[in-house]
Amino acid sequence: MASKIIPEKTPMREQPPHERVRNFDEVPHGYNDEEAKREASRCLQCKRPACVQGCPVEIDIPGFIGLIAQSDHAGAIKRLKEKNVLPAVCGRVCPQEEQCEKLCVLAKKYQPVAIGRLERFAADREMSAGSTAVPAPVSRTGKKVAVIGSGPGGLTVAGDLVQFGHQITIFEALHKPGGVLVYGIPEFRLPKAIVYREVDYLIKQGVKLVLDFIVGKTATIDQLLEDFDAVYIGTGAGLPWFMNIPGENLNGVYSANEYLTRSNLMRAYLFPTYDTPIARGKNVAVVGGGNVAMDCARTALRLDAEHVYLVYRRTRAEMPSRVEEVHHAEQEGIEFMFLHNPVKYDGDEEGRVCKATCQKMVLGEPDSSGRRRPVPTDEFVDLDVDTVVVSIGNGPNPLIPQVTSDLKAGKWGNIEVDAKTGKTSKKACWAGGDVVRGGATVILAMGDARIAARSMHDYLTTGAW
Amino acid sequence: MYRVIMREQIVPNIHRLIIESEYVPRNARAGEFLVVRVDEAGERIPLNLVDWDERSVSTVFMEVGTSTRKLAQLKAGDSIATLAGPLGKPTEEIAEKHVLCIGGCYGIAALLPVIRMFKNKGNHVTTIIEARSRSMLYWQDQLSKYSDEFHEMTRDGSRGRRGHVNDFIMDYLKDNKVDMVYAQGCTYLTYLTSESTRGSGIKTIVGLNPIMVDATGMCGVCRVIVNGETKFGCVDGPEFDGHQVEWQNLLNRRRIYIREEVYSLSYYECETYG
Ligand SMILES: Cc1cc2nc3c(=O)[nH]c(=O)nc-3n(C[C@H](O)[C@H](O)[C@H](O)COP(=O)(O)OP(=O)(O)OC[C@H]3O[C@@H](n4cnc5c(N)ncnc54)[C@H](O)[C@@H]3O)c2cc1C
Ligand SMILES: Cc1cc2nc3c(=O)[nH]c(=O)nc-3n(C[C@H](O)[C@H](O)[C@H](O)COP(=O)(O)OP(=O)(O)OC[C@H]3O[C@@H](n4cnc5c(N)ncnc54)[C@H](O)[C@@H]3O)c2cc1C
Ligand code: SF4
Ligand code: SF4
Ligand code: FES
Repeated sequence: MASKIIPEKTPMREQPPHERVRNFDEVPHGYNDEEAKREASRCLQCKRPACVQGCPVEIDIPGFIGLIAQSDHAGAIKRLKEKNVLPAVCGRVCPQEEQCEKLCVLAKKYQPVAIGRLERFAADREMSAGSTAVPAPVSRTGKKVAVIGSGPGGLTVAGDLVQFGHQITIFEALHKPGGVLVYGIPEFRLPKAIVYREVDYLIKQGVKLVLDFIVGKTATIDQLLEDFDAVYIGTGAGLPWFMNIPGENLNGVYSANEYLTRSNLMRAYLFPTYDTPIARGKNVAVVGGGNVAMDCARTALRLDAEHVYLVYRRTRAEMPSRVEEVHHAEQEGIEFMFLHNPVKYDGDEEGRVCKATCQKMVLGEPDSSGRRRPVPTDEFVDLDVDTVVVSIGNGPNPLIPQVTSDLKAGKWGNIEVDAKTGKTSKKACWAGGDVVRGGATVILAMGDARIAARSMHDYLTTGAW
Repeated sequence: MYRVIMREQIVPNIHRLIIESEYVPRNARAGEFLVVRVDEAGERIPLNLVDWDERSVSTVFMEVGTSTRKLAQLKAGDSIATLAGPLGKPTEEIAEKHVLCIGGCYGIAALLPVIRMFKNKGNHVTTIIEARSRSMLYWQDQLSKYSDEFHEMTRDGSRGRRGHVNDFIMDYLKDNKVDMVYAQGCTYLTYLTSESTRGSGIKTIVGLNPIMVDATGMCGVCRVIVNGETKFGCVDGPEFDGHQVEWQNLLNRRRIYIREEVYSLSYYECETYG
């Protein structure tokens, strides 16, 4: 058996780097039927599959992969959707190398099975086949649920609870649903049409979507509870952090959220056809080392930058970003500046940033996260830049905890929940995803949502809190 | 989509817009603002909430660039793509004090809900409205209804006192005891107002208008430096103590996209009028 193992993942065709840096189209093309079948056949169909332990929502990985190997595509997507309502999204954005694929037995000697790519394939295959069966309407319970936020967490809760027959209304602050999937993650990594399709699917099942509704302002949770039996708070971690260093309020210094929101949600890359502008910097510094920083850096290239510096205070090994993103960024020509940290920005006579002064760092002892701590040296370098994107993380938006009675939040504004149920300190209110965890991942937000949905259903049927 | 109930020009370049709204009126309070986006390609722009009833909200805007130019074309029965609110912190309520309120350009209308609130709380309200010229002054009837004293002034002297608000304020403060000053309008007006009371130390609250995108605290483009600290105009404001605002930074940040704004408007005009 072992002799037949193909050591490497079936490669995925993608746009060549020199072409793709000039467009916002998706970079990898995805597998065709043949490639998927070949990759699926690499899976050993383990009796006790380690990979499943690595998936936060415990997808039946050998199950759906086995179905792809047999060309039963309808069966594969059905199996996936038992555990994951957004497979087209997760297949693209999960940090597989830290989760399912990390534990795949093949990974001990060879490359793991490309679980993410196969998940994406199964979902895309369904989309291109055109028909998505809408589940038959279930009998109504008459219970009403308000879901706050339409990110992956909110969408999952809505999808699960509508299946139980409850009446769901999603309230979203922005003018498009999808949360970070739409305003944050760029088109070239996650086409928005995929997210909108999932939202449409919920609407077809009877979920009501109310956009432009800022819970806490337009109506408070206490007011919502006059009309709804239960509330799920999935408002994410949308508050951008700055470093509070001199010059950070100069023109041309962006938060990652502003930069990405302008480009993705407001489509500033199509300015002036779309009205919202964005800086098309020639020399751009992006500060940070996560997925968000990678997305900003690659967006800057597509907005015609000549040099994009990724300024990160640790080294490649500590970067929290997905490996594929780093690889793609490197291919596209992002200039990595490891062990550097900006300490101040200077502006020109028009008040626009023109220089970033960065301090060189070395790695010291491991910190609480287990990663080696960056320690400043007394060496500095100056970078000539006209745009800076600060991408050092986000905290939960403080609005809801500030204005909601009895809702407990921690020091960083994270809403506190019981991990087993997702219950908050406030009766009839659940929370999950980034508003609880701080910036985490799509699949963790969905996992939290699943847990909460089950607990909410119990509450709605028994009335016991 | 949100239906336009009416749009009318009040004075040259300044328009009133009333939009149907199911949700915004419920919690609306004086000093808050709306976000509107005209069409699918449009920007999200903040506009003060001027008035509301159970089913609608109204705002007054000045035509300056592409978005406001588009808004100025709307007719009753048209729709806009986004209407969100009420946003920002409402004006802090005070009672039984003497408040001096100053409004210029769109800020004249923005004063309406605020002086109404001040008046209802038993304050003595003195209102000053100012414009370049008499043809740009408006809403005297509605505003004087809620004002104990009402003054108009113009920069060219065509109506009321001639000059800038700061001279008026300084003179007024010589003869009158004022507990608080409140100003709404362009950055120049709020800046002049703040400077004119700095010496006397009278508390001066001004409505600022930094550039915004989401207006929910998510992007940080609206940051203003207040008392040495970076604040987000959309959620921590938009009203701040004018003596603590770092004006140079605000004026600078308002100009971030000047080139693009001019380009956008000429592009829009070419596309629309050929
Ligand atoms: C640029 C970027 C790249 C990322 N890349 C990856 C990746 O590759 N892989 C991965 O797994 N994770 C990635 N993440 C993280 C991931 O996107 C988040 O962990 C995930 O989206 C969290 O989901 P959520 O449902 O908790 O909240 P969000 O997706 O943040 O959605 C919250 C929603 O709630 C809305 N909202 C907020 N406040 C209110 C309110 N008061 N009233 C109404 N609505 C409100 C917001 O507008 C938003 O739409 C990335 C994040 C960013 C920013
Ligand atoms: C909290 C808040 C409340 C506001 N309330 C109102 C309101 O009630 N009515 C109203 O008319 N405006 C108000 N504004 C300002 C309004 O948002 C802008 O005028 C609008 O975004 C301009 O969009 P535009 O696309 O038409 O012009 P842009 O293309 O964005 O700008 C065109 C030109 O006008 C200049 N400009 C833009 N805004 C202003 C301004 N506010 N003052 C002076 N010059 C400006 C720009 O620098 C540029 O040169 C408010 C702003 C904030 C932050
Ligand atoms: S959801 Fe994510 S972790 Fe789970 S199998 Fe799919 S790609 Fe792996
Ligand atoms: S561990 Fe790897 S080989 Fe085994 S079932 Fe999972 S994906 Fe297949
Ligand atoms: S406008 Fe985006 S945070 Fe204020």
